[in-house]
Amino acid sequence: MTDLQGLDISQQLILLLAALVLFTSFAMLAQSRLINLVRVFAWQGVLLAATTALVAHVSGYSHLYISALLTFGLKALLIPWVLHRLVLRLGMEREVESEGNRTLVQLGGASLVIFSYYVALPVVRLSTLLTRNTIAVSLAVVLLGMLLMIARKEAVTQVVGFMSIENGLFFAAVVSTYGMPMVVELGIAFDVLVAAILFGVVFLQIRASIDTLDVDRLNRLSESEP
Amino acid sequence: MADYLTSWLLALVQTALFVASAPLLAGWIKRVKCRLQNRRSPPVIQPYRDLVRLFRKEMLLAEESSWLFRAAPYVIFGATVLAAAVVPLVAVRLPTSAIADVIVLVGFFALARFFLALAGMDVGTAFGGMGSSREMTIASLAEPALLMAVFTVAMGAHTTDLSVVIERILSHGLMIRPSFVFAALGLMLVAVAETGRIPVDNPATHLELTMIHEATVLEYSGRHLALIDWASQIKLMIYAVLIANIFLPWGVAVQFSAGALLLGAMAVSLKLAVLATVLAVSETLFAKMRLFAVPQFLGFAYLLCLLGMLSHVILEVGG
Repeated sequence: MTDLQGLDISQQLILLLAALVLFTSFAMLAQSRLINLVRVFAWQGVLLAATTALVAHVSGYSHLYISALLTFGLKALLIPWVLHRLVLRLGMEREVESEGNRTLVQLGGASLVIFSYYVALPVVRLSTLLTRNTIAVSLAVVLLGMLLMIARKEAVTQVVGFMSIENGLFFAAVVSTYGMPMVVELGIAFDVLVAAILFGVVFLQIRASIDTLDVDRLNRLSESEP
Repeated sequence: MADYLTSWLLALVQTALFVASAPLLAGWIKRVKCRLQNRRSPPVIQPYRDLVRLFRKEMLLAEESSWLFRAAPYVIFGATVLAAAVVPLVAVRLPTSAIADVIVLVGFFALARFFLALAGMDVGTAFGGMGSSREMTIASLAEPALLMAVFTVAMGAHTTDLSVVIERILSHGLMIRPSFVFAALGLMLVAVAETGRIPVDNPATHLELTMIHEATVLEYSGRHLALIDWASQIKLMIYAVLIANIFLPWGVAVQFSAGALLLGAMAVSLKLAVLATVLAVSETLFAKMRLFAVPQFLGFAYLLCLLGMLSHVILEVGG
């Protein structure tokens, strides 16, 4: 049982940032414009970097500062910029994604949060860190990223969902074990960057062949189609 | 015994102060808004003048109206004043807030709204019925969010008594609670919807496509209209005081000494002025949304309050 009063101010701030990261995941579920989606994703990156820096401050592991900088550079600036340019280049900045009941999807997201809380409870009991309560939040961010990928049909949205799953995993690593080894972190960061660029190329290919980014249309591809 | 009497007297004075200063808050919001929009503003006391003018005017009653139409303004005003009595404005530990907790407060609002909707339908004009239906639609979506925000706060302090809640928060000192951040944001959205401010409703216009609150009171005149207007100003003030005193409780008087009470009054007026300025800025920045976008807006408010409660369970007590 963590008592909020037993934590000092920077640990309380970490909890607040964790809640805000969770909130950005919900904000992504609520967005219908692709540009806004990319913007919210960038904010999630900023929050992630801030959390990492705070954890570095609390724990005294200085290598976390490097990974905070790396997170900020990649997930808050570079990847959103790449996605932003892609959306502009594909001419989809004004496009509004129309899909089923958005409120229902958000309430589904809320139940995912409850689910991840129950799943994370035994894990939380094992940990001795003060910020261990946030494990459930990071799990929820991962599941919400998956929900975003399932609920939407637009390829760009699915990529953002995928990236936010990665954000959730990174968040889990930072708050539950105070970061992965630097080599692993660097490897993952560049993998994600490469993935973002590859996705860009794939978008252009999909767009060139079926003239839309609606992935449902991929089911209907056949050899005979002109 | 003397203490008992003083505290009741203080509670009465506080409620009277609440009711009397509500038009001032409305005037202040209007003034800031006018400044922001480069218009010349009416004096801050204009709402009082309007109320006095309306009280002096003759009342016109529709021929088909029943006793309900005549009783509704008094019920609405009475319920709102009782709700104001529950909310700690300057001091906590007053007997009125011990009698009724925050769920009763929500109940008073519901009672006032119920009679407003009935009165809207009573005369049988098309606008009244339409306004009532819209009012109830919005209320049915806003109330769960409001209750959820209230429960989040209550869970943090283990009580639904508002003045005990404020006292607990004060005694904990400065603490960053994720749940309170969400609950405050959600409560602000609910307040905007419930008091008919700009993104949801605009009582200053008479545009039949969009009016909600205005449509229900269209048939009222004179004293009745004054009571309803006053009640809606008090309601706005109640929401503002709730947000200011629960989430930023500093300055609220814990003892009944003159100095503490004066400090409390000054602190609360400062907080209300800042909050009203924020409201005016947001009303200037945002355009009124379509009626069909309101459920989404309130769904978002509900989600915020739900996240507040979940983050309280997960981050603040969990593990």
